[in-house]
Amino acid sequence: MSLTAKDVEEIMKLLDSSTFDRLSLEVDGMKIELERSGASPRERPAPATPATPEPAPKSPRAEPAAAPSVRVSTEPGLIEIKSPLLGIYYRAPKPGEPPFVEVGSKVDTDTVIGIVEVMKLMNSVPAGLKGEVVEILGRNGELVEHGEVLLLVRPEA
Amino acid sequence: MPIKRILIANRGEIAVRIIRTCKLLNIEVVLAVSEADRDSLGASLADRAVCIGPGRPTDSYLRVETIVQAALGTGCDAIHPGYGFLSERAALAALCEDEGVIFIGPTAAQIDAVGDKLKARFHAEAANVPVVPGGPVESLAEAQALAEKIGAPILVKAVGGGGGRGMKLVERLEDLPATLDLASAEAGAAFGDARVYLERYVAQGRHIEVQLLGDGAGKVIHLGERDCSVQRRYQKLIEETPAPDLPAHIRAQMHEAAVRFAQSLDYRGAGTVEFLYDVARAQFYFLEMNARIQVEHPVTEAVTGIDLVAQQVAIAQGDGLTLDQSDISFDGAAIECRINAEDPARDFAPSPGRVTNALWPRGEGIRVDTHIVDGAMIPPFYDSMVAKIIAHGPDRDTAITRLWQALKNTRVEGVATNLDFQAELLDDPDFVAGGVDTGWLARRLARVEA
Repeated sequence: MSLTAKDVEEIMKLLDSSTFDRLSLEVDGMKIELERSGASPRERPAPATPATPEPAPKSPRAEPAAAPSVRVSTEPGLIEIKSPLLGIYYRAPKPGEPPFVEVGSKVDTDTVIGIVEVMKLMNSVPAGLKGEVVEILGRNGELVEHGEVLLLVRPEA
Repeated sequence: MPIKRILIANRGEIAVRIIRTCKLLNIEVVLAVSEADRDSLGASLADRAVCIGPGRPTDSYLRVETIVQAALGTGCDAIHPGYGFLSERAALAALCEDEGVIFIGPTAAQIDAVGDKLKARFHAEAANVPVVPGGPVESLAEAQALAEKIGAPILVKAVGGGGGRGMKLVERLEDLPATLDLASAEAGAAFGDARVYLERYVAQGRHIEVQLLGDGAGKVIHLGERDCSVQRRYQKLIEETPAPDLPAHIRAQMHEAAVRFAQSLDYRGAGTVEFLYDVARAQFYFLEMNARIQVEHPVTEAVTGIDLVAQQVAIAQGDGLTLDQSDISFDGAAIECRINAEDPARDFAPSPGRVTNALWPRGEGIRVDTHIVDGAMIPPFYDSMVAKIIAHGPDRDTAITRLWQALKNTRVEGVATNLDFQAELLDDPDFVAGGVDTGWLARRLARVEA
């Protein structure tokens, strides 16, 4: 096989950093089609195979834990700072202390914007760019997924 | 305490399979997904999917802490590990025990007891379960004495080897000294460990395994056996129950030995004891125990009518084992084919990509376990199995006919699959006769190529 898993990961990264939504690639009979999760979904009929049960009617119980917050800012050009891993998001270094950043805070590449805890291991999350915090989406003390948006930042020109 | 919400730490067809039983039991499901599985069928069927990391398993499905954190963070009271990935890592079971999360499986100590081949062999011998005659040797004199006892042919195996590596065959005992020197030198160079052990070479062996359920307090029952001898490079392709053409007393002895082994561990949950059946000698030997649900569990469910995943959940939540051995009866025969996205014409090279069109079979006695629907992506990071097609019938011939017909009525477009190859195997007179050995498929492939 001419493409390794590593190659595919590289290609995914390239697509991610490009302005395109979809990429189709054929090498040595191996076909890869990649799509940004934000891209318009291709037609994907509802599952209707004998193997897959009909989704049962939703139980009256609450949805399992809170779903991720939805961004409000519609300003164009904002950059999303995503959680690099799944864990519990903390906006402040310790309970009772002021948060690392607030809306309006200026951040630089190395500015810590929060902590993500994985089983008592604290991982600090750097901003990764220079700019100003416009919106905070990650909720303090709650689970954030890998790749979930924590902050929106207006990059400094 | 009834389980209310389960985190499934797995993907693919087994995630969908576990979700199906959870819905029946009115248990909520949070599915842990990698970036590559965000749009999978399992993710859409689960009550919630949480992304645990990038596609590569070492960055997502194999991260013990991340999995437990995901369970805690989403309010799950239990984790189902499926098969593969972390299912047989004592570390996950142990962390669950520490954090008060129910691990749907055996205890960490039990996983540890069967995870190491030498430890498992020790436990088998202690439970009076036959193991392959052999053992470690430290000198030529010791080796010769042991070889006399076992009888030729003999395998010289490197302690550090495995999966077919570091093995040498001794057909005549007078060749033993030379082969032993060579094997030891090669083992030292290849594995940094020159120790070797001898084992009886089983020229014609069948892989037969026994399905067990244990309550964790010494009660163990069996749900019959499965014959998984159709293998290619140690990968099972076709599994069936009952094992065809097996003497009744051997079958009964295997069931008893498997139960005895699990009882000696106070085994908890669903597990499988694998045996090598030496056809020429009509003897069986303990190979290993799999401390989890098996890929091929549906054939057992088909003939017993028992939902093994529901049993796992019941045992895990403390209901104990409500079934007795006398409750288990066996109806007819069932066979499963694993459908893999791989190309038989290109030496079974994996064929990841997007499935443009998938049509799965229906019909009397047919069950399909799959996560593949139209447009589904088969990421390159994981194993290539896309579905299991299972046929059940009143007898083996009917099951074979139904399965063959089901394969013919299956369409998977966009990627190469082994569908036609599997249909050919089902039609092979040797397979139809029943009782092929683990070398059968390799010999058949060599014959076709010649």
